Amino acid sequence: MECVFGLVGEGFSIVAADTSAVHSILVHKSNEDKIMVLDSHKLIAASGEPGDRVQFTEYIQKNVALYHFRNGIPLTTAAAANFTRGELATALRKNPYFVNILLAGYDKETGPSLYYIDYIATLHKVDKGAFGYGSYFSLATMDRHYHSRMSVEEAIELVDKCIIEIRSRLVVAPPNFVIKIVDKDGAREYAWRETVKEAADASA
Amino acid sequence: MARYDRAITVFSPDGHLFQVEYALEAVRKGNAAVGVRGSDVVVLGVEKKSTPKLQDSRSVKKIVSLDDHVALACAGLKADARVLINRARIECQSHRLTVEDPVTVEYITRYIAGMQQKYTQSGGVRPFGLSTLIAGFDPYTCVPSLYQTDPSGTFQAWKANATGRNSNSMREFLEKNYKETSGQETVKLAIRALLEVVESGGKNIEIAVMTKEHGLRQLEEAEIDAIVADIDAEKAAAEAAKKGPARET
Repeated sequence: MECVFGLVGEGFSIVAADTSAVHSILVHKSNEDKIMVLDSHKLIAASGEPGDRVQFTEYIQKNVALYHFRNGIPLTTAAAANFTRGELATALRKNPYFVNILLAGYDKETGPSLYYIDYIATLHKVDKGAFGYGSYFSLATMDRHYHSRMSVEEAIELVDKCIIEIRSRLVVAPPNFVIKIVDKDGAREYAWRETVKEAADASA
Repeated sequence: MARYDRAITVFSPDGHLFQVEYALEAVRKGNAAVGVRGSDVVVLGVEKKSTPKLQDSRSVKKIVSLDDHVALACAGLKADARVLINRARIECQSHRLTVEDPVTVEYITRYIAGMQQKYTQSGGVRPFGLSTLIAGFDPYTCVPSLYQTDPSGTFQAWKANATGRNSNSMREFLEKNYKETSGQETVKLAIRALLEVVESGGKNIEIAVMTKEHGLRQLEEAEIDAIVADIDAEKAAAEAAKKGPARET
C-alpha cells in the first residue's frame, strides 16, 4: 500500500511519498520519511521492504559521498542512477533488495531529471513515474494533467490532485504524505500533507 | 647494522627498527607542513615546491578532505599518501554507515596510525613513508582538534606542530610564539611558521582553514599574498620600533 510518485517540472524535480510504516495490520508510525536526501542536489524516494529500503539507500548515499571526496566533484544524477541500478542488478541473482526507487536530481549542465528504478534493476529516465498500488491512480492523474515545463505551483497542484485521488480511491490509503523538491538551490523538504497526526501530538 | 634493515620485522640488537627510521628520513625530505589549532579554527599549511612551467598546478592538492569535518595534510611520499587517504575516506563513510555518526578526529587518526603500524609488522612490506597532520572538529561539539601520525604508527594530539622539511625550525618558532588564538590570528601564526622555512609569497604556500560551520576552505593565492604582506608590514614595524628609540639617544 506504499505510494511513491514524482514528476519533472521547469527547472525542478518533485517527489512525493506516503509516510506510513506498516507491518501486517499494524501501523508502526505515520511520519516515516521515505525520501532520503542523497546529496546536495539529489533525492531518493524509496518504497518496499523497510529493512532493505533503509539499508540499500544508506549504502548508496555513503558511496555517493565517497565518490565526491575521492574525486572532488559530485556524481551526476545519471551516474548515480546507473550506479544504483548496477548495485541492484549485482545483488539480484543472489540476494535481491526489495526496494523500488525514484531518483530525482538537478545537474547544472542538464537540468532536472527523474529516474525510475525498480527492484529487479529496471532503469528508465522518465518525466513522471510512480510505484505501488497508488500508481494506478497517480499515474493516471498525471497522464491527464501533466505537461512539460510545469511551474512549481502547477506541479504542487498536480501532486495534491494525485494525493486526493489516492486517499479517496485506495482501500487502505495512507493518511499522510511528504513532498520534497530538488532544483538549482538544492534538495529540500517542500511540505507535508497530513490527515492524521501522531498520537503524542493529539493528546498534547 | 647492515643486516638489520632488510626485512622490517627484524629488530636490530640495540632495539631499532631501521626501516621505520628510514621512513622518517623520507618524511624529513618531504615538503614542509604545519598545523595550528585555534579556539574556533584549525589551520593547515603546506609548502608548495616550485611548479614546473608546463604542469597544471590544480592537479596537485596537498591538503585534502577526508570528510566534511576532517582534513589531512602530509609530508613524505605522496604516492603512499594517496593510498592512506583513500582508505581513510572509505573508513569515514563506513563509520557513518554502521553507526550513523561521523567519525571523531581521534577515531580516524587512530585508524590511520593503526594502518601505518600494520605495515611495520608484516613480512614483505615497507612502512608508509609519510607523516600526517589531521585537523578537524568532532561532530556535535565545537572543539577543534589537531593530531599527528608518523611512519611508526604513533599518534599524538597537538596545539601546533610541523612536519617535513625543516620541521625542527618551524616547531621551535611555534614553541616560542604559540598562544591561544582564533580566526585570522591562527591563520597568521601558521603562515608565519611556514615563512620561517619557505620562500615568501602566495605561490609557494598552500593554506586551508577548517571551521565548524564551513568545513575546509582553501585560501586563494591572493588572500595568502595579502596576509603575507600584513606579516611583512608587522615585521617591518617591529624592526623600526627596535631601531627608532636607539637612534634618538
